[in-house]
Amino acid sequence: MRPRANLLAAGLLLPTAAHAVDGAVNRPAVAMFLGFVGITLAVTFWAARRTRTTHDFYAAGGRITGFQNGLAIAGDFMSAATFLGISALMFEHGFDGLIYAVGGVAGWPLVLFLLAERLKNLGKYTFADAVSLRLQAKPIRSLAATGSLCAVVLYLIGQMVGAGKLVEVLFHLDYDYAVCVIGGLMVFYVSFGGMIATTWVQIIKASLLLAGGSLLAFLVYRHFNYSFDAILRGAVANHPRGIELLEPGHLVRDPVSAISLGTTLVLGTAGLPHILMRFFTVADAPAARRSVLFATGFIGYFYLLIFVLGFGAVAMVTHDGGYFDPKTNAMIGGTNMAAIHLAHAIGGDAFLGFMSAVCFATILAVVSGLTLSGASAISHDLYANVFNPHATEHEVVRISKITALVLGVIAVSLGMVFEHQNVAYMVQLAFAIGASVNFPLLFLSMYWRDLTTWGALLGGIMGLTTAIGGIILGPTVWVEVLHHTAPIFPYKYPTLFALAASFSGSLVGSLLDRSPQASAERAAFAAQFVRSQTGLGAEVASVH
Amino acid sequence: MHDLYRLIDADPEFHALQRARSRFSWGLLACVFGAFYSFLSVIAFAPTWFSRPLNAHTMITTGIAAGVAVILFSVVLTAWYVWRANREFDVRNQVLLARLKQRATTR
Repeated sequence: MRPRANLLAAGLLLPTAAHAVDGAVNRPAVAMFLGFVGITLAVTFWAARRTRTTHDFYAAGGRITGFQNGLAIAGDFMSAATFLGISALMFEHGFDGLIYAVGGVAGWPLVLFLLAERLKNLGKYTFADAVSLRLQAKPIRSLAATGSLCAVVLYLIGQMVGAGKLVEVLFHLDYDYAVCVIGGLMVFYVSFGGMIATTWVQIIKASLLLAGGSLLAFLVYRHFNYSFDAILRGAVANHPRGIELLEPGHLVRDPVSAISLGTTLVLGTAGLPHILMRFFTVADAPAARRSVLFATGFIGYFYLLIFVLGFGAVAMVTHDGGYFDPKTNAMIGGTNMAAIHLAHAIGGDAFLGFMSAVCFATILAVVSGLTLSGASAISHDLYANVFNPHATEHEVVRISKITALVLGVIAVSLGMVFEHQNVAYMVQLAFAIGASVNFPLLFLSMYWRDLTTWGALLGGIMGLTTAIGGIILGPTVWVEVLHHTAPIFPYKYPTLFALAASFSGSLVGSLLDRSPQASAERAAFAAQFVRSQTGLGAEVASVH
Repeated sequence: MHDLYRLIDADPEFHALQRARSRFSWGLLACVFGAFYSFLSVIAFAPTWFSRPLNAHTMITTGIAAGVAVILFSVVLTAWYVWRANREFDVRNQVLLARLKQRATTR
């Protein structure tokens, strides 16, 4: 952590962040970041003029191509939390950090094989559209919106706090000020530019991140004479655990945790609402399919780069480089900064500046995607389909803009409240809810004819309470945050249990449901199945 | 149910196509999940397997190599699915829809 006095000094000099504090503000970083903000604001103005209908606002008019959408999906997934977080995990735990990288990629084939095209054929703007097609709209949309909002808000807080810390270290901005800047920009992108702006901001950022990550990995590779083996040797020589760095078993110590973590990663991806929403921005099912292929390619490539970056950081970010606080012996800015320090170690101040700006852009783009998805859960799923079914398009879009602003205020305030907390569990919980509430709901509604509204509700509620309860009573919150001596629920990752609760709730609830409404819902499966397979009757992209 | 939906649901080619697609996607999914959960199971039950170097001249362990392999495998199977779906399944689907739409209008 930086000395508090320095932070205060930085705070006083704001908002002119370009002022040097102890000569430490990185001018290239500030310049590049301002450049990024300038371009994205221009994109937002351009997008605002093209956003006329709700279809434009929620789904970019269905005019995004498969390649563009693939980049945008990859951008949504490659958040700062994954890029910096996985490098940090590898820095601390070596091999075990790789589980996150492998699981992050292995979830994508599932999305493609089981969900993407059916979702595109059945839905319009949100995944709740697909689920409520044959089930009762009001309760099911309320459930889906609850699952979406929980995941979105938790993910948003996790990103906000991480972002505030990062900006504090990188740009020497005061934490509260940094969080406000991020919140303000994201609300602006979303409420003025809707999905068109959010998608293009994501595409620009994904390209920057892929380029920056490639360059960094290449420079590290060159430094070690193009030998991955040499990087590993350097890492083992530098790390206090030595050769154990390359062995599994530091992060996950028991079989249940390993399997539960893996399941969280592969199914969580398939239940994140801001990612599912992206399938509605393309024209048809083939384009949805191509999006996943491009996204998987980009994500797979990027996570392979992280193998080089993570071990490269262990080899190069050393104590004599001034990356550690001499008093506490902790990495400056926390281990999340491992990849950023690596950029400095290999390319000096200019490259550090570039990577910092890329990370800031990453955070901005991801929080915007989350905000849009939260806003559509409230305006499209709850307002337009539950509370006021007679609302006009204009009113619905207006509600989304207000919701984006409210979500921004909530994210900024909670970001400030949780400043000094460890919020890693929030991102974990967001993935756990995606895996054990949203994914089972979507999967069962499309694949299991006997699912009824009551079964879906019972399963959703059981999954949600098990996931939240498991995290709160487990080691991450009960012990690390609330400082109790022993956890009530012994495992760090509750997904396996929450998933079982969710599926069994849906199973029992549906099979016991003998109401006439349940028979009607079962009978409606055949038509839904034909539509999901053939695309007949799917919401077609409007052409302007 | 809409007339055309009923026609499609009664058509043997629709069910043949749907079964072929389903077999293909579940089969590929079994491959990816088999690979990923095997990777996890080694970490969970036999972590020492992943601690060995690939050979005497390298630091690269079997675990790192396995991780890279699972990532590449996922990408390759994704590409295979999209290739076959776009070439074969979509064409069969279009032909099927065109034929049944025509029948629905001439009836």
